[in-house]
Amino acid sequence: MSHAPTSTQAASYLLRGVRPLGGERADVLLRDGVIARIEPQLPEAEVPQDAVVVDGADRVALPGLVDLHTHLREPGREDTETIESGTRAAAVGGFTAVHAMANTTPVADTAGVVEQVWRIGRDAGWVDVHPVGAVSVGLAGEQLAELGAMAQSAARVRVFSDDGKCVWDPVLMRRALEYVKAFDGVIAQHAQEPRLTEGAQMNEGIVSAELGLAGWPAVAEEAIIARDVLLAEHVGSRLHVCHLSTAGSVEIIRWAKGRGIDVTAEVTPHHLVLTDEEARGYDPTFKVNPPLRTQADVDAVREGLADGTIDIVATDHAPHAREDKDCEWAAAAFGMTGLETALSVVQATMVDTGRLTWADVARVMSANPARIGRIDTGELAQGRPFAVGEPANVVLVDPAARRVVDGRAQETASANTPFAGRELPGRVVATFLRGRPTVLDGAPVRDVATVGGAR
Amino acid sequence: MKHLLSAADLTRAEAVHVLDTAAEMAATQSREIKKLPTLRGRTVVNLFFEDSTRTRISFETAAKRLSADVINFSAKGSSVSKGESLKDTALTLQAMGADAVVVRHQASGAPHLLARAGWLDAAVVNAGDGTHQHPTQALLDAFTLRRHLAGDPALGATSGVGADLDGLHVAIVGDVLHSRVARSNVALLTTLGAHVTLVAPPTLVPVGVETWPCEVSYDLDATLADGKPDAVMMLRVQRERMSSAGGGFFPSPLEYSRAYGLDARRLAVLPEHTIVMHPGPMNRGLEISAEAADSPRAVIVEQVANGVAVRMAVLYLLLTGQHDPQSARVPTTTTTHRTEEAHA
Repeated sequence: MSHAPTSTQAASYLLRGVRPLGGERADVLLRDGVIARIEPQLPEAEVPQDAVVVDGADRVALPGLVDLHTHLREPGREDTETIESGTRAAAVGGFTAVHAMANTTPVADTAGVVEQVWRIGRDAGWVDVHPVGAVSVGLAGEQLAELGAMAQSAARVRVFSDDGKCVWDPVLMRRALEYVKAFDGVIAQHAQEPRLTEGAQMNEGIVSAELGLAGWPAVAEEAIIARDVLLAEHVGSRLHVCHLSTAGSVEIIRWAKGRGIDVTAEVTPHHLVLTDEEARGYDPTFKVNPPLRTQADVDAVREGLADGTIDIVATDHAPHAREDKDCEWAAAAFGMTGLETALSVVQATMVDTGRLTWADVARVMSANPARIGRIDTGELAQGRPFAVGEPANVVLVDPAARRVVDGRAQETASANTPFAGRELPGRVVATFLRGRPTVLDGAPVRDVATVGGAR
Repeated sequence: MKHLLSAADLTRAEAVHVLDTAAEMAATQSREIKKLPTLRGRTVVNLFFEDSTRTRISFETAAKRLSADVINFSAKGSSVSKGESLKDTALTLQAMGADAVVVRHQASGAPHLLARAGWLDAAVVNAGDGTHQHPTQALLDAFTLRRHLAGDPALGATSGVGADLDGLHVAIVGDVLHSRVARSNVALLTTLGAHVTLVAPPTLVPVGVETWPCEVSYDLDATLADGKPDAVMMLRVQRERMSSAGGGFFPSPLEYSRAYGLDARRLAVLPEHTIVMHPGPMNRGLEISAEAADSPRAVIVEQVANGVAVRMAVLYLLLTGQHDPQSARVPTTTTTHRTEEAHA
């Protein structure tokens, strides 16, 4: 599975017989960091001498995926993930850019911390790392962090979130929404009414009643979303709703978009497939915030993603130490990993079921998240169309492959995947970041750092 | 059945078998020498993460009457996020060679984790987990109900043997939301054929209760007058539940007592044969008045005695593998040579 350094340093790659966006077979030439040619059959004479040929074998070619919601844990919890390990996992999952959430230790609430994360990410070289800035100092929900300083830093932060905690104070939320208009920022809200979820452990409903685990009502999410879309409308700002999980939330977003409110919404892969029934074994692998909901909610978020009410899929990749999951449910941490399974789950739930085409997948996992994060233009643009002249951020997927998930075999430093032991469709075969392979034959290209000069 | 984790795991036949075994155990407890040799050489650990003197003593008595060695392991005061992890505790008990672990824990599901995580080989008995289950309480309640309502208590412990609770109506009154006793009893009593009505203020009924195999009433007087229950089981209500910090579930203890307390007035409307139950400890004057608690209808003290017999049965069945209802009868003799010797 290893590759000679010379191959990774090649200036060009010919992806032969791939299916761009799942369409007709084509030869795709990546050269000098851009997509140089897309043709049904590139004449042998026009293939550059130094080009490495990758046999496409009907694999689907997509623009590199962009995750708007990743927990890389560095600085602070390098025992569970580092920027290096997390971004390597991202590359193996088909991503070429991730947004690193702010709930690190220290919190990413200053220009200093976001620049540090950005630089370490750049040096790791697996994907573009775009730090998310905290909305409030220390995620405490009291005082605005220096959003302007973070926006103007080298990290050019545009997404702000207290994720993990809700910006609960309506005045603080209003101020944040207003303030980021100055630099075209967006507030990504973790919608969780705190009083309604004190001590909450899982979705409140039939299963929680039986299991005796404190309930987390859907209304605790929906009430905040309803408030926030009205606030966004009032101040004419841009709102992004993180990981919505209930049928009611989908309805509220649909209503808000119908009114012309500038709101976008995300769903996680796990909320597309898992339900609160998973809690019955009291296995804290399935403990996550927001909690797994009911089948009706799963159906609603799939429908919302299919009809465009939900704009994106984002992983909410949340690595945790083994001791924080190897314990009783109430003592366990919230969260599950997702970078290396996201595309497979989307294929299983949305593509293989006919709800989305591969072109739609490119929209919800690449173009839309890049646009929301305002990383879709400029020198390091992501989420661009699959077209000649665009940056060669490309992922090759073998949709016919099937694999059984093994948390310990993943690139992420933590093993808390909810899909352990399950068979999922699809496999990322190769990932290219601006023409440079970060993944080949499904394995990370380890000398990636030595060829980081592609940027 | 290697473990007893939830009353909902028991089939009707299994539950009746446990009750019948308990009846045989109870019959031995009126003898001068109460100790049976059955579990000699076996080790039962009482692992209590939460205060419960009553339940612990009941299990301890049960295990000792079966001649098991008993270790009390109190991890009281260690919250779910502090102290030694459940895993390390389990590995310690495994290393000490526990045959059965009786666990009381404040976290719902902790006994499931002990039973399934692979840390322990021992049989796990749930002695109450969070707001989830307390299966031996339900079994002792079912045992008490059967003796009084399906048999004739005057005829002794084995009266009612073989019977279930078909056709009986049981009202369970109080803080259902936080009650593992209510959850366990709804499951077990309905499995045994009884009809259950839960009575509570709406704030103390869980969202999702609509799928439970029982009725829910907010009106105790109507349930007593119209439902004519054969038994009324009062649940303990914690006074702190009324404070806003405790959740603000009801306005005041007085209002709770007026609407949901079992007092002399309500006692008087009950059918003659109706029994009054309480898992203890009682809040006299809150959910139950002294008149009700001390009335001839009350079987509360008897529930405690039956608890020992039921827990003897559960430990015996789990540790000897005799949980198949078709299996041989319990060897309950105390007159073997070895036992005489042991007690000499």
